[in-house]
Amino acid sequence: MTERLGIVVTGSLEKGVEVKLDGSVSVEDMAVGRYVTIEGQKQRFFGMITDVSLGVTDPKLTLTPPDVSDPFITEVLAGTGTYGTIRVSPYLTIGGDATTLLEGPQAVKTIPSHFSVVNPASQSDVELVFGSEDEKRFYIGTPLDMETKICLDLPELVKRSNGIFGKSGTGKTFLTRMLLIGMLQKSAAVNLIFDMHSEYGWAGTSEGGKMVKALKQLFPSKVAVFTLDEESSRRRKVSTDFVVRIGYDEIEPEDMGLLRQTLNLTEPAVEAVYQLHRRFGKNWVQSTLDLKDSEESKELLKETSIHESTFQNLQRGLQTIGRLPFLMPHAPDNAVKRILNYLDQGMNVVLEFGRYTDITAYILVANLLTRRIHAQYRDRMEKAIGEDTARPTPLVITIEEAHKFLNPEVASQTIFGTIAREMRKYNVTLLVIDQRPSGIDAEVMSQMGTKITCLLDNERDIDSVLAGVSGKSELKSVLARLESRQQALIFGHAVPMPVVIRTREYGSPKSYQDFVSGGPAEPKEQTEKDIEELWE
Amino acid sequence: MAKTELTDRVGEIIEASTTEFVAQCYELYQSPPLGSLVKTRDREVELYGIVYNAATTSLEPGRRPIARGKDETSEEAVYQTSPQLSKLLRSEFGAVVVGHRQGDKLYHYLPPNPARIHGFVYLCRLEEVKEFSQSFDFLNILVNARVPVSADELIAAALRQMSQAHEDPHTFLVAAGKELAILLSGQFNQLKAILGRLK
Repeated sequence: MTERLGIVVTGSLEKGVEVKLDGSVSVEDMAVGRYVTIEGQKQRFFGMITDVSLGVTDPKLTLTPPDVSDPFITEVLAGTGTYGTIRVSPYLTIGGDATTLLEGPQAVKTIPSHFSVVNPASQSDVELVFGSEDEKRFYIGTPLDMETKICLDLPELVKRSNGIFGKSGTGKTFLTRMLLIGMLQKSAAVNLIFDMHSEYGWAGTSEGGKMVKALKQLFPSKVAVFTLDEESSRRRKVSTDFVVRIGYDEIEPEDMGLLRQTLNLTEPAVEAVYQLHRRFGKNWVQSTLDLKDSEESKELLKETSIHESTFQNLQRGLQTIGRLPFLMPHAPDNAVKRILNYLDQGMNVVLEFGRYTDITAYILVANLLTRRIHAQYRDRMEKAIGEDTARPTPLVITIEEAHKFLNPEVASQTIFGTIAREMRKYNVTLLVIDQRPSGIDAEVMSQMGTKITCLLDNERDIDSVLAGVSGKSELKSVLARLESRQQALIFGHAVPMPVVIRTREYGSPKSYQDFVSGGPAEPKEQTEKDIEELWE
Repeated sequence: MAKTELTDRVGEIIEASTTEFVAQCYELYQSPPLGSLVKTRDREVELYGIVYNAATTSLEPGRRPIARGKDETSEEAVYQTSPQLSKLLRSEFGAVVVGHRQGDKLYHYLPPNPARIHGFVYLCRLEEVKEFSQSFDFLNILVNARVPVSADELIAAALRQMSQAHEDPHTFLVAAGKELAILLSGQFNQLKAILGRLK
């Protein structure tokens, strides 16, 4: 039996209801972010505490305070002359009417009547709202002061693009890794991860410098590690499945647009790329690099009406790219085809960048591969719709430093902007990881289904993450009070209401065991047992 | 209901109104303590009152007692040498009506009729006090009573008396204090005065 907290005394749907605490309940036991249920006359409401305050019935009490050393007077006044209040934002109705019984928790459209009793939410209430772990839901963490599991509906999650935000060092990578494990186990989607700091494939490091296992070690049969830097992978003793090489002839003019900022290209230089491509065809990069300061080249520039300084600017840029060791005039194997092959088999692909953590390399490779893969997916999807056959497996592409791809200047041109906007039409969605969400185009942000955010303290970042969310100011105070580690606020499509979680443990042998056993391993064991029984 | 015995009888009503009654004690100086719960009967209705005042005066209003102890060694000796004194003086007490019982039900508000003159007044026993003080509705009558003693004193005395009928006087007083805090929510100073007298 849960202990009653108090009664609703006033409130509004927009600002939440005010609850007067009973005399026996101490305000000090209340905490922002905690869950309560309100027993309305016809419905039960599920809400979150967003503010705690003190009140007195007689203002004289504040001017001439009573003798607090006398426990009798303090005891009498508690809950009568002096009282605590909490502000509760009701988010959902649980149980009560027929709709909620049949369809589960519903979003609130009204508030409880006067003097409705408020109780702390019980474990079963929280479970009712967030669901329990099953073949679709993945346990990601617990509420702040409860042991109940908070679960994300992953098939629902991957239907849209999602974002993970947070300051550096707040646990974004851990959360991402955990979410990837979840997707690997519970959703029908496959993942392509552009792993800038080589943390998702084989092993990653925790804040304390300890090594933790990553995807390939936990699910060797479901993950393939691709690398751009074979040497680095070998040194780290990572068994890689494929070494990615990219030929100059695979670079298309559209790939250059995104690199304009990092390569310091001028607008005319980017334009010139298209002209050169038209002129030289597939081998335009090599041909452009080969052009020396000769009569021939001057002739060419005249013909294509490219200014000489523009051309030099472009050539310098291309030389920068050319110095990247994984680029070569002609690649021995087609990386895109390889990746797609793996993805088609239901394998998840982690592309490690090794030592090439340079943003130019990351943008070039991520953009180039994604464009091809997305194009393939689009063709397949259209074909599937046309012929009414099986659609391609949903694909989730994970990118880090997302503001470089999705900032307002380039978001409209890059493939990532397109994916984020056109969303699930082609069964390709993004998992965006970033520490400066304010740098991401507002249109892209608004299209994200679920946002998971760790501590943010920059005002602009907080605003951009919470843009368009109802009850923004309440969530803002919750977000700003997150601890810097192991805590995150989740809101959006995959959760019925915003929720602050303490993330699940990651890194101990027990946690690995839990992660691995939570997957489809059990049915396999069951099958084996059945087979054994069959032979007995 | 506790059976009322003769020994609980403390007086006889000599003046009665809807809100209060005055009773004369059978013995000089035998009035019940301030704040104690007393009762009287008017046919099938039992009236409850809380003693708010007690006085001992001369039987004849115009005739004041005179000092007699000049040559006596002790106060008792004064009465012994003048035995008529106890017949010339009388003790009486007043009680505010705070509730009544009709049949088996206890009501914490005024009865339909005032008490009858010459009705006997009994001091309530502990079980009855406990039963009566299950509800604090009578406090509202005391807060608003127009009596010569201050309401603060009367309320404090009544609650102190009643608390003795409970196993845990402290809990009772806290509960009563909370009720008062609600009744006197705008008058913190009065509340503070009463609470100060409850200890």
